[in-house]
Amino acid sequence: MILEEILSIFLGIFTDYTLRYVALGSAILGITSGALGCFTVLRKQSLFGDAIAHAALPGIGFAYLFAGTKDSLLLMLGAAIFAWFGGMITLAITSTTRIKQDAALGITLSVFFGLGIVLLSYLQSIGGASQGGLDRFLFGQAAALIESDVINLGILSAVCFTILILFYKEFKITTFDSSFGQSLGFPIKYLNVLLTSVIVVAVVIGLHTVGVVLMVSMLIAPAAAARQWTSNLKNMIILSAIFGGLSGIIGSMISSTAEGMSTGPVIVITITAILGISFVFSPKQGYLFRYIRNQRKSQTSLDNIKTISDKEKENHGNI
Amino acid sequence: MEQKSSKKNSESEKEYSVIIKNLSVTYRTEPALWNIDLNFPKGQMIAIVGPNGAGKSTLIKAVMGLVPITAGKVSIFGKTYSKNRDKVAYVPQRGSVDWDFPTDALDVVEMGLYGKLGWFRRPNSKTRNLAKECLDKVGLSNYADRQIGQLSGGQQQRVFLARALAQDAQIYLMDEPLNGVDVITEKTILSILENLKKEGKTIVMVHHELQTVDKYFDWVVMVNRNLIANGPIKEVFTKINLDRTYQEKQRMSI
Repeated sequence: MILEEILSIFLGIFTDYTLRYVALGSAILGITSGALGCFTVLRKQSLFGDAIAHAALPGIGFAYLFAGTKDSLLLMLGAAIFAWFGGMITLAITSTTRIKQDAALGITLSVFFGLGIVLLSYLQSIGGASQGGLDRFLFGQAAALIESDVINLGILSAVCFTILILFYKEFKITTFDSSFGQSLGFPIKYLNVLLTSVIVVAVVIGLHTVGVVLMVSMLIAPAAAARQWTSNLKNMIILSAIFGGLSGIIGSMISSTAEGMSTGPVIVITITAILGISFVFSPKQGYLFRYIRNQRKSQTSLDNIKTISDKEKENHGNI
Repeated sequence: MEQKSSKKNSESEKEYSVIIKNLSVTYRTEPALWNIDLNFPKGQMIAIVGPNGAGKSTLIKAVMGLVPITAGKVSIFGKTYSKNRDKVAYVPQRGSVDWDFPTDALDVVEMGLYGKLGWFRRPNSKTRNLAKECLDKVGLSNYADRQIGQLSGGQQQRVFLARALAQDAQIYLMDEPLNGVDVITEKTILSILENLKKEGKTIVMVHHELQTVDKYFDWVVMVNRNLIANGPIKEVFTKINLDRTYQEKQRMSI
């Protein structure tokens, strides 16, 4: 019974026109943010991702205010500009003032997000039915994705992956040892700006599906889960993309089972579940195997102590 | 003395691999280095010593342009660093990177070749083999695919040295490579550096242990924001100079 239901939901991807695009859009987001999120996590910039995601919100408001349409490309452009701007402001605050990064992130995040909320509620108040849909960018509403949206997301994702593949070596060295990379002549500042820009694109892709508030988990969780299974950067990126993509598909399928269930939060819960499983079951770093290893270790050391004390007893007996 | 300077200059450029003129570095309003005039002679083991916060690391970073220079000039074999960067290898402080990074020892050594590869070109079997040779030189060929976080501190330091060897440079700038390492690592590093020296290469090392300075090095640079002394160990590594270097805050604190 239950199995049949699950199967029918799964088959829905192939038969149900709407679900297909929802799942596809969510998968594209998961793959892109999963791959790029590895760099956010390894650079210890997880909250940076959070700040630029929140900073995207006023961009959506302004784009709607000035263009007057809900054309997804325009809204995404507005979001990208503000997210990028927010990221650069954070970098500028940390490098030119004594304010540390966590505080700078807090400033950007709350100011931009506040501005975004003010704008959205203003648009709400001046009426018109069409602006009502803007608040779906808070938590995402993948169910609204249509074919043209998915094509746009696909193109953006392809751009991200092209840059990632071209600059893989440079991104790797600046992430691992930036001053060494700089000594080799790689322009660290420009590479950082480039990487930030690619992450901004990933965040923009996520606006439709998970929204600005939960976007950061799509950057962090797949990467953190992947790190549990591998100690190789390339494998980590691939695995993280797979985890992200999977959670996108599974999440959108689950949310399609109930009327009005937001896709974004369900996707986020799915990826969190994958993260939890990785924490427990990964062979090298997982809690379970570590526990078993420790048990064995203490058992063998107990045995060793026993044999030593037995031998000592024997020796004493001999004397 | 100063009359024959022009001839002297061209000669001195042959003897020195790095020439530093009137170098000052300021972090915000705090001077980190003040008006340093200094040359690194070729084919020597050079120690940079001084108390904490004296600007030792800043000095070698300034040579490579890794910190913004407030005033002064640095030349590497007569040219700017950006024109001659392939002649310089750098070993940063071990603590400056995250050793949990998902990569193995061989991969880190290969990074020493990224500069020569340039943009967009990927590491290949050639760079891989070169990296293997360098890892072998530091006695870690059995650890090539070991995750770097699972290496001991001394092994990590040797991986860093192997990466610098992969750069195949003329000048080796090293930030405390002997700090807190085991005996085997210290011996390995020193014997490799001794060989480099014999090939005429210049080794500049920020060094903490004063007891070993006269044993390991030919030349010493004593710095405490200002340059206190600079010259062959026998001439300048004296009690008076040491006291001047390690006495309280320097005159700069006025």
